[in-house]
Amino acid sequence: MSTTLDAAPGYRPGKTLSLRAEIARQLTRRRTQFALGFLVALPLVLLAAFMIGGPDNNGDGARGVSLVDVATASAPNFTLFALYASSTFLLVVVVALFCGDTVASEASWGSLRYLLTIPVPRARLLRQKFLVGLFYSAFGLVLLPTAAMIAGGLAFGFGPLQTQFGEQIAFWPAVLRILAAVGFIGVSLLMVASLAFLLSVTTDAPLGAVGGAVMLYITSNILDSVDALGSIRAVLPTRYNLAWLNILSSPVQTDDIVKGCISAIVYSTIFLSIAWYRFSRKDIVS
Amino acid sequence: MSRLRRFVPRLTRGRAIAACLAVIVLGAAIVVVNAGNGEPVTSESHMLTVKSGPGRDTPISLDTTLYLPESASKDHPVPAVLVAHGFGGSKDSVATDAHDLAARGYAVLAWSARGFGRSSGTISLDDPDYEVNDARGLIDYLAQRPDILQRHGDVVVGVVGGSYGGALALMLAGYDTRVDAIVPQITWNNLARAFFPESSAGGPAQGVFKSQWAGLFFGSGSGISVASVLGRGAQSKPHNDVQCGRFTQEICAIYLQAATTGRATPEAIARLEHNSPAPVLNRITAPTLLIQGQTDTLFPLAEADANARGIAAHGTPVRVAWYSGGHDSPGSDEDTLHNKQLTLQWLDHYLKGTGPDPGRSFTYSAAGGVSARNSRATTVTRQAGDYPGLHGRSSDTVALTGAPQQVANPPGSTPAAISSLPGLGSAGGLASGLSIDVPGQYATFQSRPFAQAVDVVGAPQIRVRASVATAPAREIVLYAKLYDVGADGKPSLPQGLIAPVRLPASTDLASADPVSVTLPAIAHRFEAGHRARIVLATSDQAFHNLPDPAVYTVAVAGNTVTLPLVPSSPVGGLGALWRWILLALVIAVALGVAIAVFVVRARHRRVDRSVRPGAENTPLVIEGLRKAYGDGYLAVRDVSFEVGLGQVVGLLGPNGAGKTTTLRMLMGLISPTAGEILVFGHRVSAGAPVLSRIGAFVEGSGFLPHLSGGDNLRQYWRATGRPEADAHVEEALEIAGLGAAIDRRVKAYSQGMRQRLAIAQAMLGLPDLLVLDEPTNGLDPPQIREMREVLKRYATDGRTVLVSSHLLAEVEQTCTHVVVMHKGELVASGPVEDIVGESTSVLIEVTGEDAVAAAVKTLTGMAGVSTVEANGSGLVVDLDGTARSEVVRSLVGAGVGVERIAPRRRLEDVFLALVEDK
Repeated sequence: MSTTLDAAPGYRPGKTLSLRAEIARQLTRRRTQFALGFLVALPLVLLAAFMIGGPDNNGDGARGVSLVDVATASAPNFTLFALYASSTFLLVVVVALFCGDTVASEASWGSLRYLLTIPVPRARLLRQKFLVGLFYSAFGLVLLPTAAMIAGGLAFGFGPLQTQFGEQIAFWPAVLRILAAVGFIGVSLLMVASLAFLLSVTTDAPLGAVGGAVMLYITSNILDSVDALGSIRAVLPTRYNLAWLNILSSPVQTDDIVKGCISAIVYSTIFLSIAWYRFSRKDIVS
Repeated sequence: MSRLRRFVPRLTRGRAIAACLAVIVLGAAIVVVNAGNGEPVTSESHMLTVKSGPGRDTPISLDTTLYLPESASKDHPVPAVLVAHGFGGSKDSVATDAHDLAARGYAVLAWSARGFGRSSGTISLDDPDYEVNDARGLIDYLAQRPDILQRHGDVVVGVVGGSYGGALALMLAGYDTRVDAIVPQITWNNLARAFFPESSAGGPAQGVFKSQWAGLFFGSGSGISVASVLGRGAQSKPHNDVQCGRFTQEICAIYLQAATTGRATPEAIARLEHNSPAPVLNRITAPTLLIQGQTDTLFPLAEADANARGIAAHGTPVRVAWYSGGHDSPGSDEDTLHNKQLTLQWLDHYLKGTGPDPGRSFTYSAAGGVSARNSRATTVTRQAGDYPGLHGRSSDTVALTGAPQQVANPPGSTPAAISSLPGLGSAGGLASGLSIDVPGQYATFQSRPFAQAVDVVGAPQIRVRASVATAPAREIVLYAKLYDVGADGKPSLPQGLIAPVRLPASTDLASADPVSVTLPAIAHRFEAGHRARIVLATSDQAFHNLPDPAVYTVAVAGNTVTLPLVPSSPVGGLGALWRWILLALVIAVALGVAIAVFVVRARHRRVDRSVRPGAENTPLVIEGLRKAYGDGYLAVRDVSFEVGLGQVVGLLGPNGAGKTTTLRMLMGLISPTAGEILVFGHRVSAGAPVLSRIGAFVEGSGFLPHLSGGDNLRQYWRATGRPEADAHVEEALEIAGLGAAIDRRVKAYSQGMRQRLAIAQAMLGLPDLLVLDEPTNGLDPPQIREMREVLKRYATDGRTVLVSSHLLAEVEQTCTHVVVMHKGELVASGPVEDIVGESTSVLIEVTGEDAVAAAVKTLTGMAGVSTVEANGSGLVVDLDGTARSEVVRSLVGAGVGVERIAPRRRLEDVFLALVEDK
């Protein structure tokens, strides 16, 4: 056996922990299957709730209605309502779960050190884990409105979108708008993903990472509702998380959406930089 | 004290830097917030007595509050601003605005007008002899204060006010030349026309009485606040005079007469016009910023138009700004902010002389959708060059369909249509809401759907023909409305504005002269696909209608409506700015990531990956290894040793010796403070490729509990990215020896099973250097023996094993070399025999009298025996070449009974000796 090798035969840093390997690694976990399954089931649960609840009692002519009142008008309406109901908490938890659980759970099982001894370079480990976490988050984020659209279409028909301001938007333009809304929700959830990932890298407890990210998100929401803070609230990361509703107005209001994207990108960059920096220099004792 | 120390986190450099940054950021945030609040302000309240009345000789006491900024003093005088309140208010209603203005460096005087609050006197509706002279008295007071700025002997004073206070500002500027700038908001030009509007050329004499608004104000002057009538405030007691409240008798009489007949007498018109800015517009020299509300049925945009034209005709700088609020709505948040900024800009330029010229450009407020955050309507401010007046720069003539229709005037004016509620806007709440028309009382004339969106800015116009169909009637009163009908057919009345019109009663429609009707000015966008609908109704709750029943025939002459258009552009293009910022940010982040990756790669390349010559065949060389933790604790202290090819090296040491730390540094998990680790001549650092030649098992197993043992191994190998065939999975599984349990989930494994599987995982790929930390932990004796054999076999074919343990017997049997550590230091290293010594040591138990002494005598001096020691009932004999059987024979031959002969653990002795010394 030759002993002048730089590395074991067949080893290349660029081939360690391939995306496919990591995806398979996460797919086998119960929590992945449950989370994705729940995202598919939620629209069905909502559908059942609306069916059981009976026909809409509001009638015509009510101004200033909210999304829930027009939710049963058509499939796009139902999809928007499902998104509205889940974007501020459920999707946040799911994203925090996928991105906050990755590194911390390996640390808690003790397998992180064995991965690092393969050796998977530290930056590459983070990159692969983050990308796969994002992949699952994006998958779940797309899964929810797709399931809602299909369920809503079967139940209420693929009609035009009725906005809460009384406007009507034809089906395919409405689908485009919903896609844009999903895109913006994705960008704003990137902040949550980055925060959860940073916590995942710092603690050994997966619950600490996921729970910490969700708690910080809720704290930011609470501070956002305090009017006394005035314009300082613009720096809060959750300030613009409902800005996608502006996509429904005509003309489309893009101010808040642009600001939301800026906020999400700035926070994500900060969190991810800290995560990378800390992990590359950290002493792994887990 | 030392107990408290434990709870205080250690102050390391990183933590100190982070703490400083946090403090700096927090401090900056506080400074920024406070900077927005301006200077500190003190307020003093007095009851001021001024000379007022027609001859300016009757004293009246007014309740005032003077807000002074901290910087105001005799050496540093500041300009003054009078802030006038609206009808039904008092100095307290403007307290916040006055305070904010004062914080920007003005001396602000707020007062309760006569007849309101705690001021004495009665309400004269901004009579020049009374209310205006009161304000002139206040200017006299300000002029004699040393801390108020004077220019060329003239006190620098501005006036700001809304509604009742706005008219006061205009009239004060007209009657007193000392006023230097005014900002009247949502106020009137001609009070007679405001309360008796007539939308053809009739004038207040033909006007229809705005009874609901008038009633509200009259009630307000009687001591009931507008808010309490609308159900929003506390109920207050009516004044002593139950009919007239705090109004003057003259005003009271005018109201009573108008409310009864619905028409204005010439005396009433004269009085109301006298109490208006209209007569004195040509005397106003103070630059004027007119802010008027688009959602205002009391003083619509036409009032500001008249004011603007009258003042501008004299050459005085005038600027007109329309906003989404008014008497019927508070307006959007953006507009409230914009108005504040405009006012401040105006006052700064014309009073203080600082700041750029605010210009004359006309701005209005367009609907901008609904804010997602708080479900309130947002607006966009649009700018259109100079003030275009109410007829736009161009117009669009839209065709209507609709034949002449019959409409009925209800007897007793009931039921009447509801187009708006004073103070609440259109019925329904939102500014552009529903309006309720009574069937049979209105005629509709509708256009085709608009092909593209139309922005109407100004007063639309139609021409109306009407005749009476039934019994004799002296006149016809109609209310003209322009609706916006949505794509779904739902009509909405922009801002709830309608135009009352009084027409002569002709008997034949064809011969009736068409009358030109100017609808109320709006700033409204008709979206593509929407229609315009003209409605002519016979009754409206907000006005005094004709009580006699009648049927009219109405038609729109020419079947067209003329819509004024003004090209405009959005202002405050911050939207575009933010988009550029976003683009720049994305590029910056992408660049930053690229640079970071590049820098890291460059640093990687610079790292010395050279092989130390001569050490390529040495599996492990550790030189001067040192690890100090943050709190100063030295875990590993200058350790140096080598592991040669094919050796099985035992790493020994008590707990806390630094063995695991050393092994973790070897695996690249922890970075050493000093020293080097070379594996096959390559330096080891986190992620070094040479680590792939090491297989490790340190501090227990690390498996995914939800997968089976076999799956775990396969997943692990997939993560290495190396070819499947190199794994030698079957051999590893054999070593693990788990049998059928290999397919059960790791969750269900016992400690020993996990241990064996982890060691098998370490052996995957048959690494050149196998590093095991306490591999026999948790194994039973047969398994321990098996492990011993496995390790010995592994170390053939050029592979090396490094085992860390404190089972000394095991180490003695398994290992060829030994390294002993204690408290982080290397205590001994070398081949096992060297450490233990050449000789083996046995413990012999003898029986018989004086057996020990006899045995000692026999064996001492015997060849191949180095030392003999008595030890209780036996002896400890160090053999050095002689076989044990020889020793036994000698003893038996000497008549000593040998009970037992057993090997003695020499390594244990050596070890304990080595570590006990320290």
